[in-house]
Amino acid sequence: MNTAHVRTITPELESLGTEPYYQPVADEVALFEAAAQKRLPVLLKGPTGCGKTRFVEYMAWKLKRPLVTVACHDDLTTADLVGRYLIVGDETVWLDGPLTAAVRAGAICYLDEIVEARKDTTVVIHPLADTRRALAVDKRGELIPAPPGFMLVISYNPGYQSVLKEIKPSTRQRFVALEFDYPGAEVEAQIVATEGGIDADTAKRLVKLGELTRNLKGAGLDEGASTRLLVHAAQLIGAGMPAATASIAAVARALTDDPDMTQTLDDLVRAVF
Amino acid sequence: MTDSSSSSRRFFEHELEEKLDALLFASPSHRSIERLAALLEPLPRRHQDLVLHWAGVAAQTYAEIGYLIATLAPQALERFGPDSNAAFEAWVIAGLDAYDKQGLRPAMEMLRDIDGFVAIRQGRLYAQFAEVEQRLARFVQGLSGRPLAVKAGAYPWTDTETIFLPARIAQFDAAEDNRQLYKSLAVQLWAQTRYGTFAVDLDAELARWPEREQALTWLAHLEAARLEARVARELPGLGTLLAAVRGSWPAEIGAALAELQAPQATVDVSLRWLAKFMAQGTVPPAPTFCGRLDPGIAARVRAERIARDTETLKKTLAVLKGAAGRKPAAPNEFAAQLNSETGEIEVSVDGEAVALPPDAQAAAQSLQQDLGQVPPEALTPAGDGAWTPVDPETVSAPPELKSDRDADYFYDEWDYHRNAYRRGWCHVYEMPVKPGDGAFVHETRQRHAALIAQLKRKFEAVRGEDRILGRQPEGEEIDLDALVEAVNDRRGGAEPSERLFSRRLRNERSLAAMFMVDMSGSTKGWVNDAEREALVMLCEALEKLGDSYAIYGFSGWTRTRCDIYRIKSFADRYDDAVRARIDGIEAKDYTRMGVAIRHLTRLLAAQPARHKLLVTLSDGRPDDFGDEYRGNYGIEDTRRALQEARQQGIRSYCVTIDRHGQDYLKHMMGPAAYTVLDDVKKLPLKVADIYRRLTV
Repeated sequence: MNTAHVRTITPELESLGTEPYYQPVADEVALFEAAAQKRLPVLLKGPTGCGKTRFVEYMAWKLKRPLVTVACHDDLTTADLVGRYLIVGDETVWLDGPLTAAVRAGAICYLDEIVEARKDTTVVIHPLADTRRALAVDKRGELIPAPPGFMLVISYNPGYQSVLKEIKPSTRQRFVALEFDYPGAEVEAQIVATEGGIDADTAKRLVKLGELTRNLKGAGLDEGASTRLLVHAAQLIGAGMPAATASIAAVARALTDDPDMTQTLDDLVRAVF
Repeated sequence: MTDSSSSSRRFFEHELEEKLDALLFASPSHRSIERLAALLEPLPRRHQDLVLHWAGVAAQTYAEIGYLIATLAPQALERFGPDSNAAFEAWVIAGLDAYDKQGLRPAMEMLRDIDGFVAIRQGRLYAQFAEVEQRLARFVQGLSGRPLAVKAGAYPWTDTETIFLPARIAQFDAAEDNRQLYKSLAVQLWAQTRYGTFAVDLDAELARWPEREQALTWLAHLEAARLEARVARELPGLGTLLAAVRGSWPAEIGAALAELQAPQATVDVSLRWLAKFMAQGTVPPAPTFCGRLDPGIAARVRAERIARDTETLKKTLAVLKGAAGRKPAAPNEFAAQLNSETGEIEVSVDGEAVALPPDAQAAAQSLQQDLGQVPPEALTPAGDGAWTPVDPETVSAPPELKSDRDADYFYDEWDYHRNAYRRGWCHVYEMPVKPGDGAFVHETRQRHAALIAQLKRKFEAVRGEDRILGRQPEGEEIDLDALVEAVNDRRGGAEPSERLFSRRLRNERSLAAMFMVDMSGSTKGWVNDAEREALVMLCEALEKLGDSYAIYGFSGWTRTRCDIYRIKSFADRYDDAVRARIDGIEAKDYTRMGVAIRHLTRLLAAQPARHKLLVTLSDGRPDDFGDEYRGNYGIEDTRRALQEARQQGIRSYCVTIDRHGQDYLKHMMGPAAYTVLDDVKKLPLKVADIYRRLTV
C-alpha cells in the first residue's frame, strides 16, 4: 500500500481554557516546569485518587499546552496509541491515535496507570522517552520527530499488588519521577472544602474520616480513602445530602465489599459525624 | 436478720459506727466508717441487720469486700426491690465466689456491677465480648493508628497497649444497648491512651490517699468527663454515643464539669478535683459507664513503649547519619528536627531532605501520641555512648543440635549487627512429611464444597486462553470471512463492513507460585487446621487455573537444623499422595524464616515461568530457639532474604494472623506485600482470594 495517498485524520487538540483547581503540596510544580523546559518525560507515582491526574491538567493549563489523557487498560495495544487504518466506504483512511495526535500537536500526553497497558506499548514509549524523542509509526513507515512542546507523562500506583503488573526498570529509568501522596490534613481539608463547596468544619471531619480509614490499610483494607473519595463525599454533602449518608456512600461503600469491614467503616463514619 | 428484728427500731449512726468498726477494723478504708454509718442510718432495721450480717460474713474472707458491700448496700437494696433479702444474699455470695476464683479486683467489679447482677438474675439480654470483639478490634485500630489490641478481662481498663473489656455486659435491658456500652468503654479506654491520662505519675498522685479504690473510682469518673469532651471535639459522633450511653452525669461531678470540658484540660484538672472530692470524703458513685484505671501497669507499659520508640528512632537516625558518613571527603552535616507547624520530623543529610523509613515514622507517631511531641533526645542519633549494638560474639550461643546425617544445603545468613553475611551459617535438611490418612482433606473438601465450587468459578474467570477475535476494525491478520463478505457487499452495491481484521488475544499467564507454610510450634491447633484448610482450598482452585505451584513447610531448631518439608513440588501432581501430606502437616518447632526463604527461592528461581510469586503463611514474627534470631536480627535477615529473592525476579507476599504484624511487616515485606488477618477462621478463604488478586 502506498501510504502517501492515504487520507490522514488527526484529531484537533485544544488547550484548557479555565484553570483547573490544584493545591500544590511541595515543589512538584517547579520540578515539572523544569522537566518540561528540558524536555524530560515525567513519571508520577502515588496511590489512587491523590491528585496525579489533576496535577497534570493543571500543568497543561499552566504551560498552555494541549493535554491528551489515555486511561490505560489491559487490552490497550500499540495501535490504540499510535493509530490505525480504517476502511470508510471505498476508501482507506488513517486515523491518528492519541499518542500520535499529541506528538504532532506538541501536546502533553498523559498515560494514566501505565502498568495496565499491554507490554508491547513500551516499543513506542521508549523512543519518545529518551533523547530520540521520536514516534515510529510502523504501519505508515513514518518517523515523527516530537516538537519541543511534546511531553510524555505516565503514572502508576506502587501500591498495586499484582505480580503481573509491574513497571520495568528499563521503562522507569527513562523518567523523572515525582512522588505523590495524600496531602497533609490541613491542605487536604482545604482541597475537600474547595472542591466540594462545603464549610471548613465538615471538610475537617471528612479528612479525619480519611485518616481513620488509612489507619486500617493492611488490616482489612488494601487502601485507605483517597482524597478523591473525600471530595466525592464533600460534593454529595454540597448537593444537600446528610454528611453521614454521603460519607457511607462515597467512602465506606466505595472502599470494600467485605461485610465486616463495611460495618467497621460505617462505625468510623458515625464516629466522625 | 430475723423476722422479729424487723419490728425493732432503727440503729442510730453512733450505734452503727460501733458495730461496723468491730466488723471492719481490718479494712484499710475503716477510718471512713463514720461516713459509712451515716449512709446506712436511713435504712429500715431489717435492712440494717441484713447489711451488718453480710458485711461481717464477707469481712471474714476479706475486710475490704465487707466494706464495699456495706457501702454499696443502700444502692443495691433499692435496685433489688421486693425480693431484696434473697437477692442481697445471692449478690454477696456471687461476689465472694468471684473473690475465691478470680481475686480481689474482679470480685469488687462484680459487686459494683449491681445492674449487671440484677439483669442476669432477671434473665435479661446481655451482650458478650465474643460477639463484639472483632468489630471493636477493627474499630479501635481505625481510631488509634498504632497497635492497640482488644481482649477480654475482668473489668474495663487498659494498659495502653491492650484494651480489656468484661466478658459480659448486662447493664441495659436490650442487648444492643449493652453492645453500645462495649463500644463506649472501648472508646474511653482508647481516649485514655490518646489524650494523656497516663502522662503523669498517677501512682504517686494516688499514694496520698489510703482509700485507693475510692480515689481510683473518682478519677475514673473525672477522666471520663474530660475525655468525653476531648473525643466529642474531634469525633462528634462518638461524643454523642458516649453521652447517650452514660445518661446524666453523677450529681457530684456537676461542679467539675466546666473545667474538665475545657479544650486545654489535662489530667491535672482531674487530679485537682480528685483532691477536693477526697477531702470532702464523698463516696464515689458506682462506675457503671466509665473505663477503670490501673495506673501502675499502664505507666510501666507506656514507659517501655516510649523507650522502645525512642530507641527505634535514634537507631534509624544513626543509620541515616552513617549512610551519609560513607561519602568520602565530604564533611557531612546531619540535622534532625521537629517541624513545629506540621509536627513532622525533618531529617537532612548534607543539606538534603531524607525521608524516614516507615518503622521510624510509626515510632515517631507513637511518641507523639504518648508525649504530645517527639522528645528532643529521640532526635539525636544513637552514638557510641547512647546505644551499643549487642555484640553477637558475646550473646550466648544456643546449643547446636547435631543431626545423624549431613545437611542437604548450606545457606548464608544476614547479620545486621555486622552488616555482613555469616557464610554457610544455616544447615538445611529436606525432610519428609509423615503422610496423614487424608481424612482431614476429605472432610474439608466436603464441608467447603460450595465454597470450593465458588472459588473454582472465580478462578476460571481469571484463566486466560489464546483467543482469536474476528471482525475487528484492526488486527494482526485479515479476517478472510469478513473480507469476502465485504467484497460481495460492495459488488452488490451495499455498504461493506469496516471490520475486516482478526486479532489474537494471548494468554500471558506464565506464573509459578511457591507457598511457604509456617510449621512452627505456635501454629499448633487452630492455626494449623486453618493452614491446612487454606491449602486444600487453594489446591482445588489452582488446579482450575493451571498455574504451576508448589507447597513447602518449614520449621527448625537453631541454625544447624533448619527443616524444609516438601508437601508438593512443582513437578508433583495434586493427587492422593499430596493430599495425604497436607493432612500430615503438623506444628513442629521454631520459625527461622530467612533460610527457608532462601531455599525456596532457589527452587522457585529454577522454574521457567515468567512471573514468580512466593507466598508465606505464618502466625508470627521470625523466631528461633535462643535469643540470637529473635527480634531485629530475624526481621533483618528475613528482609534481606526477601530482597535477594526480589533480585532474582521473585515477588513475595505474606499472609499472617499475627495481630502485631503491623509492627514489623511493613519494614520486612514492604508496604504493599502483606495482609494481616484478624481472624484465623478467615485464612482458608482469604488465601485463595489474595492469590487471585495478586495474579489478575
